[in-house]
Amino acid sequence: MQFIRPFSVLLSVLASLALAGAAHAADLATLVGNLASGGLSEREAAITALAASGDERAAPILEALGAGQLYTRTSDKLVVIGKTDGNRLALTEAVSGKPAGNAVEADLERVRVNNRLRGTIEAAVGSLTLMSPNARTRLSAADALFKRRDATALAALDQALAAEKDPRIKRAMSEARAAIVLATADSPPAQKLAAIALVRERGDRDSLGILKTVAAASDGEVKTAATAGADSIEQTLAAWQMVQNVWYGISLGSVLLLAAIGLAITFGTMGVINMAHGEMVMLGAYTTFVVQEVIRTSAPHLFDVSLVIALPLAFLVSGAIGILIERTIIRFLYGRPLDTLLATWGLSLVLQQAVRSIFGSSNREVGAPSWMSGTFQLGQLNITYGRLWIVVFALVVFVALILLLRKTPLGLYMRAVTQNRPMASAVGIRTPRVDALTFGLGSGIAGLAGVALSQIDNVSPNLGQGYIIDSFMVVVFGGVGNLFGTLIGALTLGVVNKFLEPYAGAVLGKILVLVFIIMFIQRRPRGLFALKGRSVE
Amino acid sequence: MKFGTLMRTGLVAAGLVASAATSAFAQAGDTIKVGILHSLSGTMAISETTLKDVVLMMVEEQNKKGGLLGKKLEPVVVDPASNWPLFAEKARELLQKEKVAVVFGCWTSVSRKSVLPVFEELNGILFYPVQYEGQESQRNVFYTGAAPNQQAIPAVDYLMSKDGGDVKRWVLAGTDYVYPRTTNKILEAYLLQKGVPKEDIMINYTPFGHSDWQSIVADIKKFGSAGKKTAVVSTINGDANVPFYKELGNQGIKAKDIPVVAFSVGEEELAGIDTKPLVGHLAAWNYFQSVKDPANAEFIKTWQAFTKNPKRVTNDPMEASVIGFRMWVEAVKKVGTTDPDKVIDALIGIKVPNLTGGISEMLPNHHITKPVLIGEIEGNGQFDVVWKTPGLVPGAAWSPILDDSKNLKADWTKPVNCGNFDTVANKCIGKAAK
Repeated sequence: MQFIRPFSVLLSVLASLALAGAAHAADLATLVGNLASGGLSEREAAITALAASGDERAAPILEALGAGQLYTRTSDKLVVIGKTDGNRLALTEAVSGKPAGNAVEADLERVRVNNRLRGTIEAAVGSLTLMSPNARTRLSAADALFKRRDATALAALDQALAAEKDPRIKRAMSEARAAIVLATADSPPAQKLAAIALVRERGDRDSLGILKTVAAASDGEVKTAATAGADSIEQTLAAWQMVQNVWYGISLGSVLLLAAIGLAITFGTMGVINMAHGEMVMLGAYTTFVVQEVIRTSAPHLFDVSLVIALPLAFLVSGAIGILIERTIIRFLYGRPLDTLLATWGLSLVLQQAVRSIFGSSNREVGAPSWMSGTFQLGQLNITYGRLWIVVFALVVFVALILLLRKTPLGLYMRAVTQNRPMASAVGIRTPRVDALTFGLGSGIAGLAGVALSQIDNVSPNLGQGYIIDSFMVVVFGGVGNLFGTLIGALTLGVVNKFLEPYAGAVLGKILVLVFIIMFIQRRPRGLFALKGRSVE
Repeated sequence: MKFGTLMRTGLVAAGLVASAATSAFAQAGDTIKVGILHSLSGTMAISETTLKDVVLMMVEEQNKKGGLLGKKLEPVVVDPASNWPLFAEKARELLQKEKVAVVFGCWTSVSRKSVLPVFEELNGILFYPVQYEGQESQRNVFYTGAAPNQQAIPAVDYLMSKDGGDVKRWVLAGTDYVYPRTTNKILEAYLLQKGVPKEDIMINYTPFGHSDWQSIVADIKKFGSAGKKTAVVSTINGDANVPFYKELGNQGIKAKDIPVVAFSVGEEELAGIDTKPLVGHLAAWNYFQSVKDPANAEFIKTWQAFTKNPKRVTNDPMEASVIGFRMWVEAVKKVGTTDPDKVIDALIGIKVPNLTGGISEMLPNHHITKPVLIGEIEGNGQFDVVWKTPGLVPGAAWSPILDDSKNLKADWTKPVNCGNFDTVANKCIGKAAK
């Protein structure tokens, strides 16, 4: 009898535990059921309920919902998570997490969400994953709560804050807490003031938004503090904006440099007005597209190096076509600039239409390899890896070209021929061959530019057209025949453009730059860095 | 007697001449010519080539059904090469030289404006299948794309609603030409009328084919951090969209923070981008490929078979072309001739099923009734319809929001018979208003 008592107690505890577990599971099942049925508002209520349940099994279900991977199976109304597996979707039961076979999308009905729900889901997942063992998950949970400022998450946040050890995450969590405190109208002023100080320290655009809202909605001490905070953030951000404009300018300048540097060779040193230069860029971009297509179908694991493979190929394709054009058309037109202009203009149309006939008129998708996607934060400045690589690449191409011209025999011949053709010919240089190679080099570099531009612009038959005018502008502005002039010209135009754009607008900005160049050419007809001496004639 | 003979000979001769004339006419009329005026080269080729193919497909389908009025349809394709003055020349060629019964064509508003006088002078019929800025109604033109009240205004209403995110601050971004400028003028007036303060509206224009969006997107981000929910209404056209959306993704602007609702981005435009970072951004149209409807499923199947490409997408202007074509066929059947005057009168009131499960009707102002759908971009380049108008919305040629057009109405039936009738002064303004 005496030992039965504890036994029965144990039994009843066990039973109640099991019952509670069952009730819990049933609870989750009903909630998930609610999630998948009903309209958008019912769905929102179900999401909030799931977040309030605190059940960590709900997090993956909500994540799947947010990513559009939550389905109802048409045959048995089972709520499943579907992950793409080839042409079919591999299914797992949402509630139990057990595998549930696979299906095609037609047999499933997706649980739909819209933007508003996505926000709610983000906050819900945030409050559910605050205690996750994974540091990154905790950090993104805190960030999500900072953005959403969901007052219901306050309790979970306090609990997580008490348990958190990592100072960085702790900071993010207290910022989220501060944001929530500020978003709740009836928080005590002392708490609000502390929160304002925290948010002010964070100092990014989101914080500015929060402080501005607080300043507009409150009065007294809180209002003063919030206004002062917003002002100080605004000042810092204004300074960062200068830095940002310079960076954007350099980035635009590097694109202009890439597009123009090939032209600096063909037009700058050879004096050929090559209107088909843009099409060489376009061919480079299409080469990238073809390379990626081949890789996608035959060797998907090479995708990350697709651009590296495309670079030499684009150089060869555009270079070879350049040499072909020089040998068949342009060499008969030396010394007749107007005829060259018309012939190459016609040629550019032919090339565009040829590409349109082969690849179709719609844009082609060129993907970004993983090392070129994403951004990193530098102070309050967002720098995208893609843009950064393009700047680096432009400078590498530039340096390589300078070295080629200065240090190799081919470079020597090229300079000799452009500076004094009869003399070069007299000392035994085969000038026609050098002409062809120079033109091929210029075109090949345009092809390289195409590989880079495929990352930021449309790969369409019109790609080149957008760059031809800018390229000529850069070369003329920088000084015909001077590579350093092209570099400085491209960067100057880029930065000037980006400083004008916020004030004058993109359209007027472009016009102003054009007017500026026209005036400049009036003053200095030979551009920034004019070549001196006989070679000019 | 002599007089009688003469008379008889005369009659016979007249009969002969007449019969010769009719037989010549019958010979020339063995087919009915259908003109297609879409750019197949140049900047607009990317969008317009598809519409040419759609009309060719519709002609083929109609011929399979035995043609029209017992005759085969013969398509006449010309290429105005994205060159606006060339549109007028090619339109003249189609109407005068080829003597086509109807023309399907144009995409940009400037190309439409350039052909208007030609259609008026030569009394042709033009079906214009693209969403546009409104403020126009011409006797010879039938507008099967959306007018602003069938696209822009409902989209803004949606964003203002709770489901759309309760937007309080607006960026109106567009390409610098007539369609975005007029649309934004209407939208600005509408927003001000709704009580949005002027400092909460930012208007930005960019040139055609703009490719460096870094600072503009940063500006939008800045504008959006004023503590009020912000949305971008984009009338950015053509090629510029791809780098714009790429930059949005780069700078981490997610749809749930600052949604972008676009009026010129459809399935075709998304074909060239990885849409995963864009999920949740919006587009307002009257048709989406993803709409589940038997007529749409049938159309997609026919289209993919016709283009021999099982992945080929469909889009809104294609649906508008289809509706226009079907309306014309119905009108010609109704009057039994392709005579422009009769067909123009017969077209008003014609009803044909659209591809989203409704019946569209040609209204007296030469616009049609359509449903308005808001779709969110999905990871696979398609749109998920998140909102639609309960019924069909009749297209309004003149915006009631702008001061200079609020009194105008278009009605091409008797007794008004006018494209810009001033209801206050009670008279037809005629050409002066253009």
